Amino acid sequence: MKRVVLIAGLAFLYLPLLIVAIYSFNASRLVTVWAGFSTRWYGELFADQQILRAAGLSVIVAALSATVATGLGTAAGIALARFGRFKGRLALTGLLAAPLTMPEIVTGVSLLLLFVAMEQAFGFPARGIVTLVIAHATLGLPLVAVIVQARAGAQDRSLEEAAADLGAKPATVFWRIVLPLLMPAVASGWLLAFVLSFDDLVIASFVTGPQATTLPMVVFSAIRLGVSPKINALATLMLAATAVALVLAALLARRDSARQAIAQSTVGVK
Amino acid sequence: MKLSGRRKLVLAGPWLWLILFFLAPFALVVKISLAQAELGVPPYTPLLDAAGHIQASLANYALLFTDDLYLRAYWGSVRIAALATAFALLLGYPFAYAIARAPASRRSFYLLLAIAPFWTSFLVRIYAWMGLLRPGGLINTTLQSLGLIDAPLKLMNTEAAAVFGIVYAYLPFMVLPLYARLEKLDVSLLEAAADLGATPWRAFRAVTWPWSLPGVWAGCLLVFIPALGEFVIPELLGGPDTLMIGKVMWSEFFTNRDWPLSAAITVVLLVMLVAPIVAFQAAARRNEAA
Repeated sequence: MKRVVLIAGLAFLYLPLLIVAIYSFNASRLVTVWAGFSTRWYGELFADQQILRAAGLSVIVAALSATVATGLGTAAGIALARFGRFKGRLALTGLLAAPLTMPEIVTGVSLLLLFVAMEQAFGFPARGIVTLVIAHATLGLPLVAVIVQARAGAQDRSLEEAAADLGAKPATVFWRIVLPLLMPAVASGWLLAFVLSFDDLVIASFVTGPQATTLPMVVFSAIRLGVSPKINALATLMLAATAVALVLAALLARRDSARQAIAQSTVGVK
Repeated sequence: MKLSGRRKLVLAGPWLWLILFFLAPFALVVKISLAQAELGVPPYTPLLDAAGHIQASLANYALLFTDDLYLRAYWGSVRIAALATAFALLLGYPFAYAIARAPASRRSFYLLLAIAPFWTSFLVRIYAWMGLLRPGGLINTTLQSLGLIDAPLKLMNTEAAAVFGIVYAYLPFMVLPLYARLEKLDVSLLEAAADLGATPWRAFRAVTWPWSLPGVWAGCLLVFIPALGEFVIPELLGGPDTLMIGKVMWSEFFTNRDWPLSAAITVVLLVMLVAPIVAFQAAARRNEAA
């Protein structure tokens, strides 16, 4: 019985995605009639300049925003795990949980209004890549913080104590021992922040400018018009790419504690 | 505990970033919700006119509470989000239970499998269901070729499709807190109940369900809160007849370019979210303390 529920649950989650992947190799333009195996739609996909440009922009924005999010999120994660019960800890925990539970349209419109006000006051930032990176970094920061906090809290402290006993300064201990041991968690946090940014439609639609169209924005306007084999091909590639990133993140976070943290951070996202 | 200068520096980065890019913008949303739309860049009236008088008006809020389009849209959001939360609980509970009762060595793997779809593109997941539900889609063509139906069923562009889409998209949010709680259930309590003659159903009601309640609350809030402001799912699966506030806000913003009205819609949505968010944070804190 339990096994049946498990299999049914997983089938419910994965079958629809599998069907998209299968039909992306369909020779027919009609999306439900199977007319033999073909990679024709992938060929058309890679000839589509608009999609390629959008994909390029999305990768750049995701890489930059994940990097900013990782820098700030690692600092927050370490502070929460190692600084004891400092003043403002509770407030910081609450503030970190907030962006993740907020509906996207709320975050999107409020960030846009901030960027418009800043542009009026300081002439910066112009809407486009910069505003996309800032918005996505804000989303990714809490995610990285949760993953790093879990790992830093579970870490064996004896190496740090040994280094300190041997006369290493706190800064040396941090850069030579603490941070290298945290690297797998930091790397998987970066990957997940990348995926989060790469996927985002709603917030990006608000904060971007006329010149910067991300991949989800192109996909959204295409699927509003209906189902098409080319979009099946693109969807399949996007699924494959996230699958690779997820496997990497899970391998990096091999330990159960960090795996649970990835799972838990999922709760927070969105 | 007093923090050293270095530690304060470490904390300053994340604090400043979140205050500037997460908290401060809310004040701006409130401010602009009191302005009026106008043609220009930016498309709203300034709060101070040339003479330095404050030009704030509650006209946008008055409109929200008098024009029944907005009231119906808020109500539609509440209804659809609540229905979707209930169905997600109904599906997610047995699923989480099955994972929590699987052999310990495989649990974290199953859990990752259950969570992984969340990380695949949101749009792609909704798109997959468009392909299944539309009139010429796989479900209709299969039913027709089996001779079960004569004409395609209207599955897409219905409120039911929007509810269903939310359940599918947010199911991982429900499964995770439920799993976290059910995994810690002391199985010997169930054995004791069985020894004392309780039926499995009675044991579930007396032991498992009360124990899982914190997970139930956390899961329900995690589905309900984002679902309330959902835009993509009602837009793509719900069709023109499905009225949710996220859709209305989107079209006021992007089609009508009425930023102040969109801001007012957002403020009201935020006020509606205060109670669930506070409840969720309290639940999360209790879980952390436990």
